[in-house]
Amino acid sequence: MKLFKKISLLITLFICFESKSQNISDYDFENFLNTPKFLSQYGFFKDLKNQIPVEDVHPYSLKSALFSDETDKLRFVYVPKGEKIGYVKNKVFIFPVGSVLIKTFAYLNKNGPMAAELLETRLLINTNDGWEAISYVWNEDQTDAKRAIAGATIPTRFINSSGEIINIRYRAPNQNQCKECHQLKKVMTPIGPKARNMNKIVQYKNGEMNQLVYWAALGWINENLGSASISNYADVNALLEDRARAYLDINCGHCHIPGGSADTTGLYLNYTERGKEQIGIYKKPVAAGRASGNLKYSIVPGHPSDSILLYRMKSLDPGIMMPESGRALSDETGIELISDWIDKL
Amino acid sequence: MKFLRLSNQFFIIASLFVSVPIFAAVQVIKPSENSYQEIQEALILAEPGDIIRLSAGVFSLEDSLSLDVAGVQIEGEGMSQTILDFSNQLSGAQGLSVTSDNVTLQDLAIQNAKGDAIKVKGVTNIKFLRVKTEWTNGPSSDNGAYGLYPVESKNVLIDGCIAIGASDAGIYVGQSQNIIVRNSRAEFNVAGIEIENSYFADVYNNIATNNTGGILVFDLPGLPQQGGHHVRVFKNRSVGNNTDNFAPEGNIVGEVPRGTGIIIQANSDVEIFDNEIGENDTVNIAVVTYGNDTDDQAYYPHPKSVQIHGNKFGPTGYNPDTSKGELAQILFDLSGGDMPDIFWDGLLPLSQLVFGQPENEKMIITNNGDATMLAIKPIGYMLPFFEPAILDINEFDGEITPLEKVEFDETF
Repeated sequence: MKLFKKISLLITLFICFESKSQNISDYDFENFLNTPKFLSQYGFFKDLKNQIPVEDVHPYSLKSALFSDETDKLRFVYVPKGEKIGYVKNKVFIFPVGSVLIKTFAYLNKNGPMAAELLETRLLINTNDGWEAISYVWNEDQTDAKRAIAGATIPTRFINSSGEIINIRYRAPNQNQCKECHQLKKVMTPIGPKARNMNKIVQYKNGEMNQLVYWAALGWINENLGSASISNYADVNALLEDRARAYLDINCGHCHIPGGSADTTGLYLNYTERGKEQIGIYKKPVAAGRASGNLKYSIVPGHPSDSILLYRMKSLDPGIMMPESGRALSDETGIELISDWIDKL
Repeated sequence: MKFLRLSNQFFIIASLFVSVPIFAAVQVIKPSENSYQEIQEALILAEPGDIIRLSAGVFSLEDSLSLDVAGVQIEGEGMSQTILDFSNQLSGAQGLSVTSDNVTLQDLAIQNAKGDAIKVKGVTNIKFLRVKTEWTNGPSSDNGAYGLYPVESKNVLIDGCIAIGASDAGIYVGQSQNIIVRNSRAEFNVAGIEIENSYFADVYNNIATNNTGGILVFDLPGLPQQGGHHVRVFKNRSVGNNTDNFAPEGNIVGEVPRGTGIIIQANSDVEIFDNEIGENDTVNIAVVTYGNDTDDQAYYPHPKSVQIHGNKFGPTGYNPDTSKGELAQILFDLSGGDMPDIFWDGLLPLSQLVFGQPENEKMIITNNGDATMLAIKPIGYMLPFFEPAILDINEFDGEITPLEKVEFDETF
């Protein structure tokens, strides 16, 4: 058995070196068996280091994004030629088999005199067996990223939005941790690309365009989806309630949703949840243990500091903090927003 | 001899080719600087049928481990030999989490996890054999919530395990069905063994001692699975559970008074028999209604069809904990200081308080030696000149309808 593994690994390596694939179309993502060891092998990028994609790989961005230790996220999508993306209201787009979502986490350090640092690139590949999560961690020279099955710890520092230098033990998640958030009813699924979260104008190579219009122009989706738009939680002009729910949706709602990995708690924070007790109002904790912080309810309207939800957002203790993985810092902007929301409930 | 050797070689070669489903690959991992990386990679790259063997020694781990491959066995060399120590854990909310079917965990210990020690979620067929979970600095609200923690699972076997120091429950099975907890020991937890929102559980031959409450059978509102029923608790020793409640506030078990042997809350079809229950400061058995407010219309907060028989009771109630809710105080007041073995809060839907319970939902208590009883009569308790409580245990005498044994194929 072990020998088999070794042989198949050798064959994999042999194939990789033999073909030195630099062309996406060389990959059979549908029957994705041999995972490349390096990101460069896929040929997603013309210029890997500067993250400039090849023609068939398109950048995209989200209105409201998950807090991940203040990293900058560079998102790209590849859809096989001639294929279409399905749309169901309020759900994640249904990407055709063979599609790949590419997300690079980086500290671009735009606010200070520190070089940009690419940390990791995560791939979600839609194979015949469903979505596969694979992550690559960038080398120190920033020339390529190598597969990290068990994840990786990257001690580093960056310059935050206020220009301060922050030291961090950045954790690139392992494959199982990807599943923690990306699994719904035991099936892997992307989280971010929902129509409501993509209905925005972005800068493309050839100018500005609404992303949904751009995707329609590519022939991926129909022109008029009639999709609503989620608030950008950072947009101070939007309604407080909408901003707070948008924040909870993208930061918590992928696990705290019926069928998600935190559904055992009965606390549901997805955007479409309407039950008061379900979203935490006067809801007693179920399995929180010391993470309750000696508080009685998830949310106490008018009293942010008595609300377990906020206590866990603030914490950096692995046994207390929420989300459970994916952050080593607390999200001050999010904390302020949720605090404000609970205060005015 | 020659023939033998030849056939041996042939066998080895043949086995290489047919090996995938038939012969398990055994991967042995020794404690090292790189333990986390090595174990976690092995857990991700494992194939169904593989065994991951952790050698004797202490594995010091900074991040939580997880298994999501079906049919894998993780084994150590004994719960006192192979120790996964999370004292320096920096990330991850559990020690070990399992999300795949047909998994066996055996002969190892998980120590000082920052959150739960072992969480198993949403799986069919999970075995814990001779596994120990422990927080080594004694009872403390800084300890993780659960030791052994299978939830939303089916066919759960916990056998020969030890759970120490959990700030919620040492052995906790939640929202699951087909459960066997046996031959295990729970000590110095808030709740020793807890079966919550679960269907079809047998809890037997266990020892629960030095916890705040020994064995809990609970049902809570607002969860994906509720209506806990068919739980048999038998041949256990729930004795001397007199550790002060150290659960952080807010948690349901934080309401458990020190010195409780067994609590049944809001479950139906519960059979408690042939146990030894004693030396518990407050009460040996309490049968109670869920006491908090909830919006959940589908939730039934009262226990029903509870049968208690053949138990042997030791002394109880000699040092009741009045700091947790009103239970101990009410008991003391109504019993005139002569504390009972068994307590029932008597709460029922209003119609049943007035017109009586359906026959098959009535509690039956029989053949418990010289056990004593106190059941509140809520209407009498609230009105003057009426009897506030029933003190005669014979009022609950009746014929036992045994619940069926819980069985499933343990050979997966």
